[in-house]
Amino acid sequence: MTAVRAPTAPGGVPAPVTRVARGRAGIVAVAVLVVLAAAPLFLAPFATTTLTRILVFALFAVSLDLLVGVTGLPSLGHAGYFGAGAYAAGWVSINVTAEAPVPLLAGLAVGAVAAAATGWVTVRSQGVFFLMLTLAIGETLQQVADSWESVTGGANGLTGVPAVRLAGAPLANIGFLYWYVLVFGVVGFAAVALVARSPFGAALRGIRDNEPRMRALGYSTSLYKYAVFVVAGGVAGLAGSLLVAQQRLVSPADLGFTTASFALLAVIIGGAGSLWGACLGAALVIVIRDALDLGGNGTLVLGIVFVLVVYLLPRGVAGLLPRGGRVSAPRRRRASAPPWRKGST
Amino acid sequence: MLVSVLNGFSIGFLLFILAVGLSLVFGMMDVLNLAHGALFLVGAYLGAAFSGAGWGGFLAALGLAAVAGLVAGGILSLMTEPLRRRSHLDQALLTLGVAFVVAELLYTVFSDDPLSVLAPPGLDGSVSVLGAVYPTYRLALIGVGSVLAVVVYVVVERTRVGALVRATVADREMVSALGVDNRLVKAAVFAVGSLLATTAGVLGGPIYGARPGLDAYVLILALVVVVIGGLGSVRGALLGALIIGQVDTLGRVLLQGVEGAASFILFASLAVVLVLRPQGLFGGPVGMSR
Amino acid sequence: MAEGVDVSVLRCAGLSRSFGALKAVDGVDLTVAPGARHALIGPNGAGKSTMFSLVTGTMRADAGTVALAGRDVTAMSEVRRCRLGMSQTLQHASLFASMTAAETVAVALQRHDGSTISFLPRRQTAVRERAEELLADVGLAGRGAVVAGSLAHGERKQLEVALALACRPTLLLLDEPAAGMSPAERARLVELLGGLPAGVTVLFVEHDLDLVFALADAVTVLHLGRVLLSGSPDEVRASDAVREAYLGTGHREELFGS
Ligand SMILES: Nc1ncnc2c1ncn2[C@@H]1O[C@H](COP(=O)(O)OP(=O)(O)OP(=O)(O)O)[C@@H](O)[C@H]1O
Ligand SMILES: [Mg+2]
Repeated sequence: MTAVRAPTAPGGVPAPVTRVARGRAGIVAVAVLVVLAAAPLFLAPFATTTLTRILVFALFAVSLDLLVGVTGLPSLGHAGYFGAGAYAAGWVSINVTAEAPVPLLAGLAVGAVAAAATGWVTVRSQGVFFLMLTLAIGETLQQVADSWESVTGGANGLTGVPAVRLAGAPLANIGFLYWYVLVFGVVGFAAVALVARSPFGAALRGIRDNEPRMRALGYSTSLYKYAVFVVAGGVAGLAGSLLVAQQRLVSPADLGFTTASFALLAVIIGGAGSLWGACLGAALVIVIRDALDLGGNGTLVLGIVFVLVVYLLPRGVAGLLPRGGRVSAPRRRRASAPPWRKGST
Repeated sequence: MLVSVLNGFSIGFLLFILAVGLSLVFGMMDVLNLAHGALFLVGAYLGAAFSGAGWGGFLAALGLAAVAGLVAGGILSLMTEPLRRRSHLDQALLTLGVAFVVAELLYTVFSDDPLSVLAPPGLDGSVSVLGAVYPTYRLALIGVGSVLAVVVYVVVERTRVGALVRATVADREMVSALGVDNRLVKAAVFAVGSLLATTAGVLGGPIYGARPGLDAYVLILALVVVVIGGLGSVRGALLGALIIGQVDTLGRVLLQGVEGAASFILFASLAVVLVLRPQGLFGGPVGMSR
Repeated sequence: MAEGVDVSVLRCAGLSRSFGALKAVDGVDLTVAPGARHALIGPNGAGKSTMFSLVTGTMRADAGTVALAGRDVTAMSEVRRCRLGMSQTLQHASLFASMTAAETVAVALQRHDGSTISFLPRRQTAVRERAEELLADVGLAGRGAVVAGSLAHGERKQLEVALALACRPTLLLLDEPAAGMSPAERARLVELLGGLPAGVTVLFVEHDLDLVFALADAVTVLHLGRVLLSGSPDEVRASDAVREAYLGTGHREELFGS
């Protein structure tokens, strides 16, 4: 099967990554970081809290983008690992210690372990089948959270999580909490960005573009998919631990279908494969869901946004620019044939 | 034990009615309709709205649900049409957005609180089955479910219309080459599949009630049924549904004391099937990469 | 059949594969000697591409065995076989839509240069230089920065060859590598294949018999999934059975034309 279907432009399109462009992107990144770091000095507490939530959700969306955009694995169960990390961080904070970085590491580890324990079922599938299986896994994890009362607090959620402590002092101040989330959010983002640009990331893009060909080149694609699934689960768990640091409670809804769908929406709005796009998408989702006073209709509005984005922005916000991020790709081209109709066993 | 087996059957038949539409639409058109659970929810809330209004209310709910299902299926078919040339994922995402909109509208109309639904008069009691007391409604559900199952099976496997549907599942290009407008086939299957989903919602009302989150729950059950049964296979959907019905209820009984364990059973059965038979128990290959 | 040490690079025995009632490959025995430039020819639908898939493991054989350098690889996955030194070009170029030509080759190179795949960005200077070299070898010098999807048809086939070579093959399988190439590109391909080190054995499918006879030192003719004849180019040229097979399916011009 030909995977390359783009129209043949005579002369071809030279790849546009130049040193100048990269330098400019670096300047923009630094400027954004400076603005983000200074934000709590100027913003009202409510706005700071919203921005904190955005950072948390952005890291979660970025971890999902590693699956969806970079590897081509659309997951609807990713909130399971986000929530698992949040529960782990919350539980550790209550029962062991709230001293950073222990809750963070707990969230990271449990997110990765949960992904490792469940991911092996999904990695042999692709496309909408992957979507279905991850959906089932996410729902399973939510039910576990719902019913394992002695650890998770059941339907009421895990409440009474103490504030994160840094060198013994609790981070009760909204601004300090924001900076804490910002620092580890940036660390998580950087980790994902590095993975996406590594030789491993190149292999992941190969799998997204043309998995059978990658196997023919000697890549055990299932192994790579499993590895990235675990990495993404770990980063989602890290985001979960930031979530619990911010809201000080976790409920089963945090690892449910709706949360997973909104993360996917954030990725799609931003343009799958574009990590900064996922951050913008996350910002939009959180603003609509939490910050705007829509009289409890946030989810309805997001549903409508979902439908509109699918029709109107097939390549997301990143697709509106002359060219998307380096990692982005023509994800929306129609598969030459449904994968399951390709050459049989 | 007997009660559990009967419960398994009642849930199983309900799941079949729900899942068969999902399976056929997916098998035929490669459209994964994630709004299928929301359609079930429409039926459930309709049932709740007419709950306690006797047989008249129950039948009115069924009739309205059927009409709503047909219309919704037609609309969904139209909505996915412009995305024909795009990836299957886009179509799935579209239906996901629709699912949210539908569910939120329902919560706005009916409030966020869980509603319970009464069985119609005469079926709201219990009967004694081989010495065990069992709710009459569930027994009736087994009866109705098996009749519906037989009807769907006969229509799809034995009639000319069914032959067209099956041929479209097997080879869409071939069928459209024969001059059949497969958009029409798609719309029809979509509409009937949605009708079955909304009907299942009304029928399932007395068991599940109507509450936020029910859509995702039944959607996942239906997806598991489809994956286990194999795509586009009516027989697969039936057996998958009966298996899941039994596994789910039996698992809940056996693992009652163990916190959080019961929910793993669905996942475990899915995993077992996928490892042993990646193409599902009955259908053709289902997109596993080998 | 010669007993004792198996010196062949590739030995297939009784290889079979059916699609429904169609026996696409039907009990094929094929032995390829080390360093050979072995051509596999036959009319359309003879089963050549299917044969390649069975050899590389893309498809599972219904029956028969495949041995690579004396080692039975029948039960091994495509990935393992590739790691053991088999690589292929596909009849219909199958590339990576978002990658440039250089990145495409680099992805193959990084898998086969003996290093582990890193999770962190690497300079990969050696890989990049080698990719440029390979691209130049196949005639894509200066085209490394072009996205694979934007390459012309002939260029994609050239990239396929570079991709196959990047896997450091000991056995290179080329499925109609020259189809869609211009005469100049063909000449370059012949030169490239002729200049490969003797350590690389080549098995190739080709319809252009001029190219076959220019390059091949052994030829196997496949017809309706079976081996019609295996021998030197001269034997094949002289064979009435081969002539018959092609004539019978109306491919006269392909055998004797151009
Ligand atoms: N995946 C498949 N499913 C069904 N039939 C197939 C499949 N692949 C190949 N065939 C059939 O098997 C036969 C052999 O095909 P193959 O592609 O191996 O021929 P070939 O010798 O490479 O022909 P060509 O010169 O046209 O490339 C053909 O009749 C083809 O239609
Ligand atoms: Mg061929």
